[in-house]
Amino acid sequence: MKNLALLATLVTGALLLYGTKDFPAWGDPQDPASTYLSPYYIENAVEQTHVPNIVTAVLGDYRGYDTMFETVVIYCAGMAVLSVLWRKKEE
Amino acid sequence: MRDIHEHTAGEDLIIKTSVRLMVPFIQVFGLYVIVHGHYSPGGGFQGGVILGASFILLALAFGMKTSQEYMTVSVNAVFNNLGPAIFIGVGVLCALFGGLFLDYSALDKLIPLGPVEWRSFGIFLIEVGVGVAVMSIMVLLYWNLSSGGAMDEGL
Repeated sequence: MKNLALLATLVTGALLLYGTKDFPAWGDPQDPASTYLSPYYIENAVEQTHVPNIVTAVLGDYRGYDTMFETVVIYCAGMAVLSVLWRKKEE
Repeated sequence: MRDIHEHTAGEDLIIKTSVRLMVPFIQVFGLYVIVHGHYSPGGGFQGGVILGASFILLALAFGMKTSQEYMTVSVNAVFNNLGPAIFIGVGVLCALFGGLFLDYSALDKLIPLGPVEWRSFGIFLIEVGVGVAVMSIMVLLYWNLSSGGAMDEGL
């Protein structure tokens, strides 16, 4: 079973590393994030949301799903620890 | 076990006094970080962690029972669920008022502030939800991990 888990980890890791080959180079000014996504946020975020801090505007509005599931991850962490550790006091 | 607990650092007068002085300021700073996330670095996650740290500091200096006088286990359980519920509730409310999920400008139909102002205010609402969730869950994690799940005595 342990070997199987190791194999699954290695295969998944190798696939993920293989996938990074198609990424644009780090900091490439011609990659999609730099050519239209970041300029869009920088040009429109303050006008569209009236939030001077663009980071907050992106996290809270444009990427609300991401932030929502981050909260759910923290919630799941708390509930996992609670369900494993919590016990009623012995009377 | 008992010997360790009888000589915790919390018995020290200097630690107790300095924690008593620091906790209100830490909590005000945590609230500031949450509500000022629109204008400066900060937001729900950071402010929630600072607020949670104030309760953890109380538990470290005065014992877990004292921190549970300020936030009881049941209030903590309500906060755990309230935080994500605020966030998802705001999102669902947007969808009910005819927008997309988490499209805060749709809430303009509920209270007419203007769609752009609602996008700003909607971010504030979800930051409050995130802050409540992160604060209570940090405290919950500390209580559970430091007491082995008994949530009455520990560090």
